[in-house]
Amino acid sequence: MGPAGDGQRQQIDGTVQEMEMTTKSKQRVWGLAWVATAILLALAGYAIFFVAPRELTMGNIQRIFYVHVATAWCGFIAFFISFFGCIGYLASRQMEWDWLAVATAEVGLMFTTVVLITGPVWAKPVWGVWWVWDARLTTAFILEMLYIAYLLLRKMVTEPGRRAMISAVFGIFAFLDVPLCYFSIRWWRTLHPAPVIGGGPGSGINPVMWHVFLFGLAGFLALTVILVRDRYRMEALRQKISELAADLEEREESLESKEVTR
Amino acid sequence: MRNFWSILAAYLAAWAIFFVYSATVGRRLARLEDEFRRLRERVSKD
Repeated sequence: MGPAGDGQRQQIDGTVQEMEMTTKSKQRVWGLAWVATAILLALAGYAIFFVAPRELTMGNIQRIFYVHVATAWCGFIAFFISFFGCIGYLASRQMEWDWLAVATAEVGLMFTTVVLITGPVWAKPVWGVWWVWDARLTTAFILEMLYIAYLLLRKMVTEPGRRAMISAVFGIFAFLDVPLCYFSIRWWRTLHPAPVIGGGPGSGINPVMWHVFLFGLAGFLALTVILVRDRYRMEALRQKISELAADLEEREESLESKEVTR
Repeated sequence: MRNFWSILAAYLAAWAIFFVYSATVGRRLARLEDEFRRLRERVSKD
């Protein structure tokens, strides 16, 4: 093996050491983070059903609000970070931004799916229908479709640089629906309830409900951080694997050519 | 409790999605780590 080969070996050894450090010390920390998040979410579940008061108009069905709104916020935050990842990639062409964009887009999509399922389950007993095509519900549905399209687009393009470029452009376009969805209940008259948090004069919720909501939100945000971190690591590993595979292929080809020369 | 089944359905669906997605990410990550280790061993042998 020549000096170039030694350099590659050192690079691989560095990656190996980094990975071993991650799998031993960092894994323990993230394992504890998983346990802490599970405990936080379990306590939030207890608070939702046993601490938060019963809402006077809607009754117990209002308890869906705690998971529905908190997951909607987590989805919006994840898509916002994904948007920054897309811009970061286009500005720097560094793959780390692309990994952040896809990790947050996928986690955001998971939270939006929860929103689109819990919403109709709440709507049926309150509105009498599962779904109406009002501004909020329609923009939320379009948001889900846009980020599914974003992930499908990534599957269709195999070359990493090209995939990152195309999906960054599409990711920015997809994000345009986030402010539309968020402000739809402020800008247009919709069947969806008006915002109770930050909705201006006359809006607001009971302080106990607000604290329970914040507690649940903290749990879902912790879950967001952990899932984004794992999803980001997946992308980083994919890159390392493709580098190693290319290195191996190159070595095998050079060995074969040496044998042919002999 | 009025609307008990609706509340149960909403929370079960939410937890099922969180659990299935977390498990999928964990499984995909473990598979990639295995593949990386396998390739690394092949590189060290050469």
